[in-house]
Amino acid sequence: MANQDFVRQIDLHGFGRGPALSMRWHVDFVLLFFLLLLCGAGLFLLYSATGRDLDVVTRQAMYLGVSFTGMLIIAQIPPRFFMQWAKWFYLAGVLLLVAVLFMGVSSKGAQRWIQLPGFRFQPSEVIKLIMPITMAAFFAKRRLPPSFKDIVIALVLIAVPVVLIAKQPDLGTSILIGASGAFVIFLAGLRKRIIASAVCLAVPSIYVLWHFFMYDYQKRRVLTFLNPESDPWGSGWNIIQSTIAIGSGGLYGKGWLQGTQSHLDFLPESHTDFIIAVLAEEFGLMGCLVLFALYALIIGRGLFITFNAQTLFGRLLAGSITLTFFVYIFVNIGMVSGIMPVVGVPLPMVSRGGTSLLTLLAGFGFLMSIHTHKSFMAGER
Amino acid sequence: MPQDTLKDHGAEKKLVNIRLWVVVGFMTLLCLGLISRLFYLQVVRHVELSTQSDENRVLVQPIPPTRGLIYDKNGVLLAMNKPSHILSIVREQAKDLDVLLADIAKLVNLTEGELKRFDQRIRRRRPFEAVPLKFDLTSEEIARITVNQFRLPGVDINAELVRYYPEKEAFAHSIGYVGRINDRDLQTLDPALYSGTHTTGKIGVERSYESILLGKPGFQEVETNARGRVLRVLKKEPPVPGRDINLYLDSKLQKIAIEAINGRRGAVVAMDPKTGGVLTMASTPSFDPNLFVTGIDTKTFNGLNTNIERPLYNRASLGEYPPASTVKPVMGLALLANGVVKPEDRVFDKGWFQLPGSEHRFRNWKRSGHGWVDLKQAITVSNDTYFYNQAGKLGIDNLHDFASQFGFGHRTGIDIREERPGLLPSREWKRGAYEQPWYPGETVIAIIGQGYMLATPLQLAESTSLIANRGHYVQPRLVRENIPEVQGEFWGDDISTGLTDEADAFNWELIIGAMEEVIHSPRGTANWRIGRGLKYRMAGKTGTAQVVSIAQGEEYDAEKLKEFERDHSLFIGFAPADDPQIAVSVILENSNGASNVARKVMDAYLLPRLAAAKNQKDK
Repeated sequence: MANQDFVRQIDLHGFGRGPALSMRWHVDFVLLFFLLLLCGAGLFLLYSATGRDLDVVTRQAMYLGVSFTGMLIIAQIPPRFFMQWAKWFYLAGVLLLVAVLFMGVSSKGAQRWIQLPGFRFQPSEVIKLIMPITMAAFFAKRRLPPSFKDIVIALVLIAVPVVLIAKQPDLGTSILIGASGAFVIFLAGLRKRIIASAVCLAVPSIYVLWHFFMYDYQKRRVLTFLNPESDPWGSGWNIIQSTIAIGSGGLYGKGWLQGTQSHLDFLPESHTDFIIAVLAEEFGLMGCLVLFALYALIIGRGLFITFNAQTLFGRLLAGSITLTFFVYIFVNIGMVSGIMPVVGVPLPMVSRGGTSLLTLLAGFGFLMSIHTHKSFMAGER
Repeated sequence: MPQDTLKDHGAEKKLVNIRLWVVVGFMTLLCLGLISRLFYLQVVRHVELSTQSDENRVLVQPIPPTRGLIYDKNGVLLAMNKPSHILSIVREQAKDLDVLLADIAKLVNLTEGELKRFDQRIRRRRPFEAVPLKFDLTSEEIARITVNQFRLPGVDINAELVRYYPEKEAFAHSIGYVGRINDRDLQTLDPALYSGTHTTGKIGVERSYESILLGKPGFQEVETNARGRVLRVLKKEPPVPGRDINLYLDSKLQKIAIEAINGRRGAVVAMDPKTGGVLTMASTPSFDPNLFVTGIDTKTFNGLNTNIERPLYNRASLGEYPPASTVKPVMGLALLANGVVKPEDRVFDKGWFQLPGSEHRFRNWKRSGHGWVDLKQAITVSNDTYFYNQAGKLGIDNLHDFASQFGFGHRTGIDIREERPGLLPSREWKRGAYEQPWYPGETVIAIIGQGYMLATPLQLAESTSLIANRGHYVQPRLVRENIPEVQGEFWGDDISTGLTDEADAFNWELIIGAMEEVIHSPRGTANWRIGRGLKYRMAGKTGTAQVVSIAQGEEYDAEKLKEFERDHSLFIGFAPADDPQIAVSVILENSNGASNVARKVMDAYLLPRLAAAKNQKDK
């Protein structure tokens, strides 16, 4: 442990002259730097993907400004606050989801929004933040590894919002939220026996899910994934075209603004969910690897914060946020490159859109809060 | 958090950290998976995929299916597909769209509406989709565009099959029409099924049988050059055409009915009581459904929509009218079945009826009264006083429950979606609608089909078929085939009269006998109009509905207003009385002579059939 104590020494006290700048301002500059780098690169890519639409890029930059501000504000709040209020957040979140069910606004066959004067609000985005907080708070108060009873309670807590969101229907989001909750259970030390039996249970439950809970369009997506040629004009189109876009990029790509697949409108949703295909087409494998490296640095910093968290709550929350961020990336790139079914998950920090940006950066706000609010007295907790 | 002595923080931290390392391992593996997938696509398959992306682009084009045809019962085409030349633009191949549109406008006339609808369509196009700009080009327009095509990049003329209704106005309400897919349709339609198809059924059979008529699109993979021109077809999967549909409707009979209405506002429904097949469903005035197929312009549409005669409205199944005296056969049965009267019971009609302790006089239609009448006579001469007298003894509850068995107050469940349930009043209904109790005087007028009671012509035909069948119910149907996946949606309420026993046979024959008298007896109310020279026995009942008020506050001229205050004329009937082959209901708004219309329809349907049957017998 000596080594780790030494690390904290430097981190906390900054060569003995009182708390370091990062501690006083509650900002993790390493994380902030990588995030800014990623988002900046994302804007250049968006400019190309939208066919040089400066309006969209400007708007996205505005969203970035708002979201980064939100992140820094959240970073000022000590993690203890979130832990104490977790159950109320959870309750409010579930109530909002129920409200969506009864009085939500529909668009394109999905009912996901609540209309407030002036703007629309999507409760499932808030749940993305509330879920890891709730789970982390739940297990932080209990003895680890958790008892069977605790796990059942935790699973119910996860299942309620997940089912409500899947019914909207929004399969992509409900999977991500389920995953973020499940990560906390796993990190909290779920026994290997239970993991093994869960895997055994998964097979019949997939059967049940398929036959009773999935909507036709969701089934179609899975079937299309298994055999894209079966519906080449409908949903298979996306995968075929994005595969061509990625493959035609080669090692070094066609150059910025030179992609043909995306610019000739072959590639659908090129500026939202399928933006990585634009990167792959224009910057090739090398460009993709650079993007992976940036993501790896951010995830690495997230893991560093997790390992060094002072409280169990912080450790579980930071772990869940970091891992969910990874799942986002993996699901999106996996989908676009054709190794996962098409679920509507944007590429974090790069795809166009303000809502997911705000949620993601709010999550990083928690990481910063965990890393920069450490008590000097408490010792190991 | 209070220090929990039971918790071993060191151990817990270690546990979480071990788990974290496991996850890091997993993430690394998944990352390697992604990278190798990208490597496979971008290095291993690079040459192949970049060829696909570069010069020879493979495009998948939808081939729209041919929409199923609609035939009447004798195989006459009622809805067909006609080739039409369409001027369309592929946005990706056009340079400056505004310049291009201006160039086209110099060659062919483009209306404001066409440009506006084109603008809407082009926003929602698929990549490389040809977006239609102008439909139904004349050969001169085709020639002008073709000659100039070399300087109009992206402009194409293609022939497409467009829906056409050769009978125009006659079936606009029953068959309905297809129209351009709009934003609202897009929310419910499966885009994969509609690739290349621009229209969908909007009302009538076209709408309710959409899934059957549509078919399934096919695809062709074509190779195009860099400018998007098709070089060759690589693969082709032909579309599955939509299924043809045969109706019970008889287009000859429909036209005779419309002719008989003779320009008035009204509706005729004729049913085969053996099958429930709807032989005629006419509503006048009507409109030309072909106007809607390629998109109707706003001015024409507003003209139809605000027309005081309401041509867009299907009176046959949406029009709710007071059934008036046409309910008397049903009410007479109700009296017999509930034991309120015996067939021989008589009532003296002095011309009016008063409820005990009330001054209000409910008047018979014949002011001087009909004298002594029994049930059979009361139906024959359409005496009101007889029924007024029994209303209190029957009561609204019995009246409601009994009439409900004849379909009043329910949708019939006919296989089109444009249907209204009418209104069969009850105590609960009145409490809900008016927050008032039921008054006895309201039963007195309900029993002669006035007051709150409303029925559609379709419901009247349904209940007439039920009488014709002596209690055996058949559901009205337009389409002759069994198509459970569509018709499953349209099951009507389960109607079983419970009057099909041997014991009820006497009541049926009494009522039907009375309905025959209406036509054939010199005293019958329909006798002077249609009773002479009939070659078969008809059973029927007339009705006259008072029109209480019409939509007020609109600017109609006084003469028109007066016309709209005249009584409606109704008629129900079936024939031949002992072996019913057709049941008819007619309503004429603010006019008279509904029975004449019914007779013309029945004559046209029955006379050739009876003659043929006689020939068969003679042989």
